[in-house]
Amino acid sequence: MVEGLFNPDRWEKAFESMDTFGEGMLMTLKVMIVGLIVALVLGVIFGVLSTTKIKALQVISRIYVEFFQNTPLVVQVFFYYNGLPIILKTLLGASRPVRLSKLLLGVCGVGLYHGAYIAEVIRTGLEAVPKGQYEAAHSQGFTSLQAMRYIVLPQTLKIIMPPLANQALNLVKNTSVLALVAGGDLMYHADNYVSNSGHLQGYIICCVLYFIICFPLATLARKLEENAKKTPQPKKKKKMEVA
Amino acid sequence: MGEIFSKANLIFMLNGLGMTIVISLATAFLSVIFGTVLAMFRNYCRGKWRFLSVFASAYIELFRCTPNLLWIFLLRFTLKGNAVIISILAFTLFTSAVVAEIVRGGLNAIPKGQFEGAASQGFSFLQTMWHIILPQAFKMIIPALLSQCTTIIKDTSYLKAVDIHEFMRNSSVVLGSATGITQIIALYGFVLLTYFVLNFILSCGVRSYQKHLAVA
Repeated sequence: MVEGLFNPDRWEKAFESMDTFGEGMLMTLKVMIVGLIVALVLGVIFGVLSTTKIKALQVISRIYVEFFQNTPLVVQVFFYYNGLPIILKTLLGASRPVRLSKLLLGVCGVGLYHGAYIAEVIRTGLEAVPKGQYEAAHSQGFTSLQAMRYIVLPQTLKIIMPPLANQALNLVKNTSVLALVAGGDLMYHADNYVSNSGHLQGYIICCVLYFIICFPLATLARKLEENAKKTPQPKKKKKMEVA
Repeated sequence: MGEIFSKANLIFMLNGLGMTIVISLATAFLSVIFGTVLAMFRNYCRGKWRFLSVFASAYIELFRCTPNLLWIFLLRFTLKGNAVIISILAFTLFTSAVVAEIVRGGLNAIPKGQFEGAASQGFSFLQTMWHIILPQAFKMIIPALLSQCTTIIKDTSYLKAVDIHEFMRNSSVVLGSATGITQIIALYGFVLLTYFVLNFILSCGVRSYQKHLAVA
Protein backbone atom coordinates (compact mmCIF):
# COMPACT_ATOMS: atom_id res chain seq x y z
CA MET A 1 0.00 0.00 0.00
CA VAL A 2 2.62 2.49 1.11
CA GLU A 3 5.12 1.55 -1.61
CA GLY A 4 2.55 2.79 -4.17
CA LEU A 5 3.33 6.28 -2.88
CA PHE A 6 6.50 6.38 -4.96
CA ASN A 7 4.81 5.26 -8.14
CA PRO A 8 4.94 8.21 -10.57
CA ASP A 9 2.03 6.86 -12.65
CA ARG A 10 -0.22 7.02 -9.63
CA TRP A 11 0.83 10.59 -8.95
CA GLU A 12 0.13 11.50 -12.56
CA LYS A 13 -3.34 9.99 -12.29
CA ALA A 14 -3.97 11.83 -9.05
CA PHE A 15 -2.99 15.16 -10.60
CA GLU A 16 -5.20 14.44 -13.59
CA SER A 17 -8.22 14.35 -11.29
CA MET A 18 -7.19 17.60 -9.65
CA ASP A 19 -10.53 19.04 -10.81
CA THR A 20 -12.47 16.98 -8.26
CA PHE A 21 -10.11 18.08 -5.50
CA GLY A 22 -10.55 21.68 -6.64
CA GLU A 23 -14.32 21.25 -6.51
CA GLY A 24 -14.06 19.88 -2.98
CA MET A 25 -11.70 22.65 -1.94
CA LEU A 26 -14.19 25.23 -3.24
CA MET A 27 -16.97 23.65 -1.19
CA THR A 28 -14.78 23.55 1.92
CA LEU A 29 -13.84 27.23 1.47
CA LYS A 30 -17.48 28.22 0.95
CA VAL A 31 -18.60 26.37 4.09
CA MET A 32 -15.66 27.84 5.98
CA ILE A 33 -16.35 31.46 5.05
CA VAL A 34 -20.13 31.42 5.49
CA GLY A 35 -19.82 29.21 8.57
CA LEU A 36 -17.31 31.58 10.12
CA ILE A 37 -19.60 34.56 9.54
CA VAL A 38 -22.56 32.70 11.09
CA ALA A 39 -20.44 31.57 14.04
CA LEU A 40 -19.14 35.10 14.64
CA VAL A 41 -22.61 36.64 14.52
CA LEU A 42 -24.06 34.01 16.87
CA GLY A 43 -21.00 34.22 19.11
CA VAL A 44 -21.20 37.99 19.48
CA ILE A 45 -24.97 37.93 20.09
CA PHE A 46 -24.88 35.18 22.73
CA GLY A 47 -21.62 36.41 24.24
CA VAL A 48 -23.07 39.87 24.81
CA LEU A 49 -26.37 38.40 26.04
CA SER A 50 -24.58 36.43 28.74
CA THR A 51 -23.06 39.63 30.14
CA THR A 52 -26.37 41.53 30.32
CA LYS A 53 -28.11 41.96 33.65
CA ILE A 54 -31.35 40.34 32.46
CA LYS A 55 -31.50 36.85 33.95
CA ALA A 56 -33.66 35.27 31.22
CA LEU A 57 -31.22 36.31 28.47
CA GLN A 58 -28.31 34.92 30.46
CA VAL A 59 -30.08 31.60 30.85
CA ILE A 60 -30.89 31.40 27.13
CA SER A 61 -27.30 31.99 26.13
CA ARG A 62 -26.07 29.55 28.79
CA ILE A 63 -28.33 26.82 27.41
CA TYR A 64 -27.18 27.49 23.86
CA VAL A 65 -23.50 27.36 24.83
CA GLU A 66 -23.73 24.28 27.04
CA PHE A 67 -25.86 22.32 24.60
CA PHE A 68 -23.65 22.88 21.56
CA GLN A 69 -20.36 22.57 23.42
CA ASN A 70 -21.26 19.29 25.11
CA THR A 71 -22.70 17.35 22.19
CA PRO A 72 -20.69 16.06 19.22
CA LEU A 73 -20.76 17.96 15.96
CA VAL A 74 -21.19 14.65 14.13
CA VAL A 75 -24.46 13.92 15.94
CA GLN A 76 -25.69 17.46 15.30
CA VAL A 77 -24.92 17.25 11.59
CA PHE A 78 -26.55 13.82 11.33
CA PHE A 79 -29.62 15.28 12.96
CA TYR A 80 -29.78 18.08 10.35
CA TYR A 81 -29.22 15.44 7.66
CA ASN A 82 -31.53 12.62 8.84
CA GLY A 83 -33.86 13.88 11.52
CA LEU A 84 -34.63 17.46 10.63
CA PRO A 85 -35.97 16.77 7.09
CA ILE A 86 -38.62 14.43 8.49
CA ILE A 87 -39.56 16.85 11.26
CA LEU A 88 -39.79 19.69 8.72
CA LYS A 89 -41.94 17.50 6.49
CA THR A 90 -44.45 16.98 9.28
CA LEU A 91 -44.36 20.61 10.37
CA LEU A 92 -44.73 22.06 6.88
CA GLY A 93 -47.08 19.35 5.67
CA ALA A 94 -44.87 18.63 2.67
CA SER A 95 -45.25 15.40 0.70
CA ARG A 96 -41.58 14.40 0.99
CA PRO A 97 -38.75 15.07 3.51
CA VAL A 98 -37.46 18.65 3.23
CA ARG A 99 -33.72 18.19 2.73
CA LEU A 100 -31.22 20.96 3.47
CA SER A 101 -28.70 21.71 0.73
CA LYS A 102 -25.15 20.49 1.44
CA LEU A 103 -23.87 24.02 1.86
CA LEU A 104 -26.61 24.87 4.34
CA LEU A 105 -25.95 21.60 6.17
CA GLY A 106 -22.28 22.45 6.61
CA VAL A 107 -22.90 26.09 7.48
CA CYS A 108 -25.54 25.21 10.09
CA GLY A 109 -23.30 22.48 11.49
CA VAL A 110 -20.06 24.38 12.01
CA GLY A 111 -21.77 27.77 12.44
CA LEU A 112 -23.96 26.73 15.37
CA TYR A 113 -21.26 24.55 16.93
CA HIS A 114 -18.45 27.10 16.83
CA GLY A 115 -20.84 29.94 17.58
CA ALA A 116 -21.15 28.44 21.06
CA TYR A 117 -17.37 28.40 21.50
CA ILE A 118 -17.03 31.95 20.20
CA ALA A 119 -19.78 33.11 22.59
CA GLU A 120 -17.67 31.81 25.47
CA VAL A 121 -14.59 33.58 24.10
CA ILE A 122 -16.48 36.87 23.82
CA ARG A 123 -17.97 36.50 27.30
CA THR A 124 -14.58 35.92 28.95
CA GLY A 125 -13.15 38.84 26.97
CA LEU A 126 -15.89 41.20 28.13
CA GLU A 127 -15.73 40.02 31.73
CA ALA A 128 -11.94 40.33 31.83
CA VAL A 129 -12.04 44.13 31.70
CA PRO A 130 -12.86 45.34 35.25
CA LYS A 131 -15.75 47.73 35.80
CA GLY A 132 -13.38 50.24 37.41
CA GLN A 133 -12.02 50.92 33.93
CA TYR A 134 -15.37 52.34 32.77
CA GLU A 135 -15.68 54.36 35.93
CA ALA A 136 -12.16 55.73 35.61
CA ALA A 137 -12.84 56.62 31.97
CA HIS A 138 -16.05 58.42 32.91
CA SER A 139 -14.30 60.33 35.68
CA GLN A 140 -11.82 61.53 33.07
CA GLY A 141 -14.65 62.88 30.95
CA PHE A 142 -14.88 60.09 28.38
CA THR A 143 -18.37 59.47 27.00
CA SER A 144 -19.61 55.86 27.08
CA LEU A 145 -18.78 55.40 23.39
CA GLN A 146 -15.31 56.88 23.83
CA ALA A 147 -14.67 54.70 26.86
CA MET A 148 -15.68 51.68 24.76
CA ARG A 149 -13.58 52.72 21.78
CA TYR A 150 -10.37 53.81 23.53
CA ILE A 151 -10.30 51.94 26.84
CA VAL A 152 -12.38 48.78 26.86
CA LEU A 153 -12.37 47.42 23.30
CA PRO A 154 -8.57 47.53 22.82
CA GLN A 155 -8.12 45.40 25.95
CA THR A 156 -10.96 43.04 25.08
CA LEU A 157 -9.73 42.54 21.53
CA LYS A 158 -6.27 41.65 22.75
CA ILE A 159 -7.75 38.94 24.95
CA ILE A 160 -10.21 37.47 22.45
CA MET A 161 -8.22 37.55 19.21
CA PRO A 162 -5.95 34.53 19.87
CA PRO A 163 -8.77 32.14 20.85
CA LEU A 164 -10.86 33.48 17.95
CA ALA A 165 -8.12 32.59 15.47
CA ASN A 166 -7.93 29.15 17.09
CA GLN A 167 -11.67 28.71 16.68
CA ALA A 168 -11.40 29.65 13.00
CA LEU A 169 -8.72 26.96 12.64
CA ASN A 170 -10.89 24.34 14.35
CA LEU A 171 -13.84 25.40 12.22
CA VAL A 172 -11.91 24.68 9.03
CA LYS A 173 -10.90 21.27 10.32
CA ASN A 174 -14.44 20.47 11.40
CA THR A 175 -15.89 21.24 7.95
CA SER A 176 -14.62 17.73 7.15
CA VAL A 177 -17.66 16.42 9.04
CA LEU A 178 -19.50 16.97 5.73
CA ALA A 179 -17.65 13.95 4.35
CA LEU A 180 -19.80 11.77 6.63
CA VAL A 181 -23.01 12.95 4.97
CA ALA A 182 -21.70 12.96 1.38
CA GLY A 183 -21.36 16.73 1.53
CA GLY A 184 -19.03 17.09 -1.46
CA ASP A 185 -16.26 18.81 0.48
CA LEU A 186 -12.51 18.25 0.14
CA MET A 187 -12.40 15.31 2.54
CA TYR A 188 -15.34 13.64 0.80
CA HIS A 189 -13.78 13.88 -2.66
CA ALA A 190 -10.41 12.71 -1.37
CA ASP A 191 -11.95 9.71 0.34
CA ASN A 192 -13.93 8.91 -2.80
CA TYR A 193 -10.81 9.11 -4.91
CA VAL A 194 -8.92 6.74 -2.62
CA SER A 195 -11.83 4.30 -2.37
CA ASN A 196 -12.25 4.18 -6.14
CA SER A 197 -8.61 4.00 -7.18
CA GLY A 198 -7.02 2.44 -4.11
CA HIS A 199 -4.25 5.04 -4.43
CA LEU A 200 -3.07 6.75 -1.26
CA GLN A 201 -2.19 9.89 -3.24
CA GLY A 202 -5.69 11.25 -2.72
CA TYR A 203 -5.16 11.56 1.03
CA ILE A 204 -1.75 13.17 0.58
CA ILE A 205 -3.14 15.84 -1.75
CA CYS A 206 -6.04 16.39 0.65
CA CYS A 207 -3.59 16.75 3.54
CA VAL A 208 -1.55 19.35 1.65
CA LEU A 209 -4.63 21.35 0.66
CA TYR A 210 -5.97 21.46 4.23
CA PHE A 211 -2.51 22.44 5.44
CA ILE A 212 -2.45 25.34 2.97
CA ILE A 213 -5.72 26.69 4.41
CA CYS A 214 -4.91 26.02 8.07
CA PHE A 215 -1.25 26.88 8.43
CA PRO A 216 -1.70 30.66 7.98
CA LEU A 217 -4.49 30.56 10.59
CA ALA A 218 -2.34 28.59 13.04
CA THR A 219 0.55 31.02 12.53
CA LEU A 220 -1.78 33.97 13.02
CA ALA A 221 -3.08 32.44 16.26
CA ARG A 222 0.46 32.01 17.57
CA LYS A 223 1.47 35.58 16.62
CA LEU A 224 -1.62 37.00 18.31
CA GLU A 225 -0.89 34.96 21.42
CA GLU A 226 2.67 36.28 21.59
CA ASN A 227 1.39 39.83 21.10
CA ALA A 228 -1.17 39.45 23.87
CA LYS A 229 1.51 38.37 26.31
CA LYS A 230 3.65 41.47 25.77
CA THR A 231 3.01 44.41 28.05
CA PRO A 232 2.03 47.40 25.95
CA GLN A 233 4.86 49.83 25.22
CA PRO A 234 4.26 53.55 24.63
CA LYS A 235 4.63 54.47 20.99
CA LYS A 236 8.10 55.93 20.55
CA LYS A 237 7.17 58.09 17.59
CA LYS A 238 4.70 60.12 19.63
CA LYS A 239 7.21 60.68 22.36
CA MET A 240 9.58 62.21 19.83
CA GLU A 241 6.89 64.60 18.66
CA VAL A 242 6.26 65.73 22.20
CA ALA A 243 9.95 66.24 22.80
CA MET B 1 -42.05 3.84 21.08
CA GLY B 2 -41.63 0.67 23.11
CA GLU B 3 -39.95 -1.35 20.39
CA ILE B 4 -37.28 1.28 19.59
CA PHE B 5 -36.09 1.40 23.22
CA SER B 6 -36.36 -2.37 23.62
CA LYS B 7 -33.91 -4.12 25.89
CA ALA B 8 -31.87 -5.48 22.98
CA ASN B 9 -31.58 -2.04 21.36
CA LEU B 10 -30.61 -0.38 24.62
CA ILE B 11 -27.93 -2.97 25.33
CA PHE B 12 -26.64 -2.58 21.78
CA MET B 13 -26.35 1.21 22.16
CA LEU B 14 -24.84 1.04 25.64
CA ASN B 15 -22.22 -1.41 24.33
CA GLY B 16 -21.37 1.32 21.86
CA LEU B 17 -21.14 3.82 24.70
CA GLY B 18 -18.71 1.46 26.44
CA MET B 19 -16.57 1.39 23.30
CA THR B 20 -16.66 5.19 23.11
CA ILE B 21 -15.44 5.43 26.70
CA VAL B 22 -12.71 2.82 26.23
CA ILE B 23 -11.38 4.58 23.12
CA SER B 24 -11.53 7.98 24.84
CA LEU B 25 -9.71 6.81 27.97
CA ALA B 26 -7.00 5.01 26.02
CA THR B 27 -6.52 8.05 23.79
CA ALA B 28 -6.38 10.46 26.72
CA PHE B 29 -3.83 8.33 28.56
CA LEU B 30 -1.55 7.78 25.55
CA SER B 31 -1.77 11.38 24.34
CA VAL B 32 -0.77 12.81 27.69
CA ILE B 33 2.40 10.68 27.60
CA PHE B 34 3.30 11.43 23.98
CA GLY B 35 2.19 15.04 24.24
CA THR B 36 4.43 15.66 27.24
CA VAL B 37 7.40 14.07 25.48
CA LEU B 38 6.74 16.19 22.37
CA ALA B 39 6.43 19.37 24.42
CA MET B 40 9.73 18.65 26.19
CA PHE B 41 11.42 17.91 22.86
CA ARG B 42 10.17 21.16 21.44
CA ASN B 43 11.09 23.29 24.43
CA TYR B 44 14.36 21.88 25.71
CA CYS B 45 16.18 19.96 22.95
CA ARG B 46 19.09 22.18 21.99
CA GLY B 47 22.59 21.67 20.58
CA LYS B 48 23.12 18.27 19.01
CA TRP B 49 19.58 17.23 19.99
CA ARG B 50 18.09 20.16 18.11
CA PHE B 51 16.67 17.89 15.39
CA LEU B 52 14.25 16.50 17.99
CA SER B 53 12.95 20.01 18.63
CA VAL B 54 12.51 20.58 14.90
CA PHE B 55 10.77 17.21 14.57
CA ALA B 56 8.37 18.03 17.42
CA SER B 57 7.54 21.45 15.91
CA ALA B 58 6.87 19.94 12.49
CA TYR B 59 4.75 17.17 14.02
CA ILE B 60 2.64 19.61 16.04
CA GLU B 61 2.12 21.93 13.04
CA LEU B 62 1.16 19.07 10.73
CA PHE B 63 -1.44 17.59 13.04
CA ARG B 64 -2.78 20.95 14.17
CA CYS B 65 -3.43 21.98 10.58
CA THR B 66 -5.15 18.89 9.18
CA PRO B 67 -8.57 17.44 10.04
CA ASN B 68 -8.87 14.44 12.35
CA LEU B 69 -10.99 12.56 9.89
CA LEU B 70 -8.10 12.52 7.39
CA TRP B 71 -5.88 10.58 9.81
CA ILE B 72 -8.70 8.25 10.79
CA PHE B 73 -9.23 7.40 7.12
CA LEU B 74 -5.54 7.25 6.32
CA LEU B 75 -4.60 4.84 9.10
CA ARG B 76 -7.66 2.69 8.50
CA PHE B 77 -6.65 2.44 4.86
CA THR B 78 -2.94 1.73 5.33
CA LEU B 79 -2.72 -0.36 8.51
CA LYS B 80 -4.00 -3.90 8.86
CA GLY B 81 -5.13 -5.32 12.17
CA ASN B 82 -7.54 -4.64 14.98
CA ALA B 83 -9.75 -1.74 13.89
CA VAL B 84 -10.22 -0.44 17.43
CA ILE B 85 -6.48 -0.31 18.09
CA ILE B 86 -5.93 1.46 14.77
CA SER B 87 -8.56 4.02 15.73
CA ILE B 88 -6.96 4.61 19.11
CA LEU B 89 -3.66 5.06 17.30
CA ALA B 90 -5.16 7.61 14.91
CA PHE B 91 -6.73 9.53 17.78
CA THR B 92 -3.49 9.45 19.75
CA LEU B 93 -1.60 10.81 16.72
CA PHE B 94 -3.53 14.06 16.49
CA THR B 95 -4.53 14.46 20.14
CA SER B 96 -0.85 14.25 21.13
CA ALA B 97 -0.18 17.37 19.05
CA VAL B 98 -2.92 19.30 20.87
CA VAL B 99 -1.82 18.02 24.28
CA ALA B 100 1.78 18.97 23.45
CA GLU B 101 0.68 22.57 22.92
CA ILE B 102 -1.22 22.54 26.22
CA VAL B 103 1.75 21.08 28.12
CA ARG B 104 4.08 23.59 26.49
CA GLY B 105 1.89 26.40 27.76
CA GLY B 106 2.28 24.97 31.26
CA LEU B 107 6.04 24.53 30.92
CA ASN B 108 6.49 28.10 29.68
CA ALA B 109 4.68 29.40 32.75
CA ILE B 110 7.28 27.89 35.12
CA PRO B 111 9.79 30.57 36.18
CA LYS B 112 13.39 30.03 35.10
CA GLY B 113 14.61 30.20 38.70
CA GLN B 114 13.10 26.76 39.27
CA PHE B 115 15.55 25.22 36.77
CA GLU B 116 18.48 27.11 38.23
CA GLY B 117 17.48 26.16 41.76
CA ALA B 118 17.24 22.51 40.79
CA ALA B 119 20.56 22.62 38.95
CA SER B 120 22.25 24.18 41.97
CA GLN B 121 20.99 21.28 44.07
CA GLY B 122 22.60 18.80 41.69
CA PHE B 123 19.42 17.59 39.95
CA SER B 124 19.95 16.18 36.45
CA PHE B 125 17.69 17.44 33.65
CA LEU B 126 15.33 14.47 33.87
CA GLN B 127 15.20 14.66 37.66
CA THR B 128 14.41 18.37 37.46
CA MET B 129 11.62 17.63 35.02
CA TRP B 130 10.12 14.72 36.93
CA HIS B 131 10.33 16.06 40.47
CA ILE B 132 10.07 19.81 40.04
CA ILE B 133 8.83 21.15 36.71
CA LEU B 134 6.21 18.68 35.50
CA PRO B 135 4.24 18.46 38.78
CA GLN B 136 3.85 22.25 38.82
CA ALA B 137 3.07 22.46 35.12
CA PHE B 138 0.44 19.71 35.30
CA LYS B 139 -1.31 21.34 38.22
CA MET B 140 -1.85 24.39 36.01
CA ILE B 141 -2.96 22.58 32.87
CA ILE B 142 -5.38 20.03 34.34
CA PRO B 143 -8.44 22.15 33.37
CA ALA B 144 -7.22 22.45 29.77
CA LEU B 145 -6.48 18.71 29.65
CA LEU B 146 -9.94 17.84 30.95
CA SER B 147 -11.59 20.06 28.34
CA GLN B 148 -9.50 18.26 25.76
CA CYS B 149 -11.02 15.03 27.11
CA THR B 150 -14.51 16.30 26.29
CA THR B 151 -13.24 17.03 22.78
CA ILE B 152 -11.93 13.46 22.54
CA ILE B 153 -15.26 12.01 23.64
CA LYS B 154 -17.12 14.14 21.12
CA ASP B 155 -14.69 13.38 18.31
CA THR B 156 -14.94 9.61 18.77
CA SER B 157 -18.24 9.97 16.92
CA TYR B 158 -16.15 10.59 13.78
CA LEU B 159 -15.25 6.89 14.02
CA LYS B 160 -18.71 6.12 12.68
CA ALA B 161 -17.14 6.82 9.28
CA VAL B 162 -14.88 3.75 9.58
CA ASP B 163 -17.61 1.61 11.17
CA ILE B 164 -16.15 1.24 14.65
CA HIS B 165 -18.94 0.02 16.93
CA GLU B 166 -19.03 3.15 19.06
CA PHE B 167 -22.05 4.94 20.49
CA MET B 168 -22.95 7.10 17.50
CA ARG B 169 -22.54 4.24 15.02
CA ASN B 170 -24.65 1.81 17.07
CA SER B 171 -27.30 4.46 17.61
CA SER B 172 -27.43 5.14 13.88
CA VAL B 173 -28.07 1.44 13.30
CA VAL B 174 -31.00 1.59 15.71
CA LEU B 175 -32.10 4.83 14.05
CA GLY B 176 -32.28 2.97 10.76
CA SER B 177 -35.19 0.94 12.12
CA ALA B 178 -36.97 3.98 13.55
CA THR B 179 -40.26 4.89 11.93
CA GLY B 180 -42.23 8.03 12.48
CA ILE B 181 -41.32 11.38 13.84
CA THR B 182 -41.68 10.67 17.57
CA GLN B 183 -39.26 7.74 17.43
CA ILE B 184 -36.69 9.77 15.53
CA ILE B 185 -36.93 12.71 17.91
CA ALA B 186 -36.80 10.42 20.95
CA LEU B 187 -33.76 8.58 19.65
CA TYR B 188 -31.81 11.71 18.71
CA GLY B 189 -32.79 13.16 22.07
CA PHE B 190 -31.44 10.07 23.81
CA VAL B 191 -28.11 10.20 21.91
CA LEU B 192 -27.63 13.94 22.45
CA LEU B 193 -28.58 13.69 26.11
CA THR B 194 -26.15 10.83 26.75
CA TYR B 195 -23.23 12.72 25.21
CA PHE B 196 -24.35 15.86 27.00
CA VAL B 197 -24.43 14.24 30.45
CA LEU B 198 -21.04 12.63 29.92
CA ASN B 199 -19.38 15.88 28.82
CA PHE B 200 -21.27 18.13 31.19
CA ILE B 201 -20.04 16.16 34.20
CA LEU B 202 -16.50 16.57 32.91
CA SER B 203 -16.86 20.30 32.29
CA CYS B 204 -18.40 20.78 35.75
CA GLY B 205 -15.31 19.02 37.10
CA VAL B 206 -13.14 21.49 35.18
CA ARG B 207 -15.01 24.45 36.61
CA SER B 208 -14.90 23.31 40.23
CA TYR B 209 -11.19 22.53 39.90
CA GLN B 210 -10.57 26.01 38.49
CA LYS B 211 -12.39 27.53 41.46
CA HIS B 212 -10.36 25.32 43.77
CA LEU B 213 -7.15 26.59 42.10
CA ALA B 214 -8.28 30.20 42.36
CA VAL B 215 -8.96 29.81 46.09
CA ALA B 216 -5.72 27.95 46.84
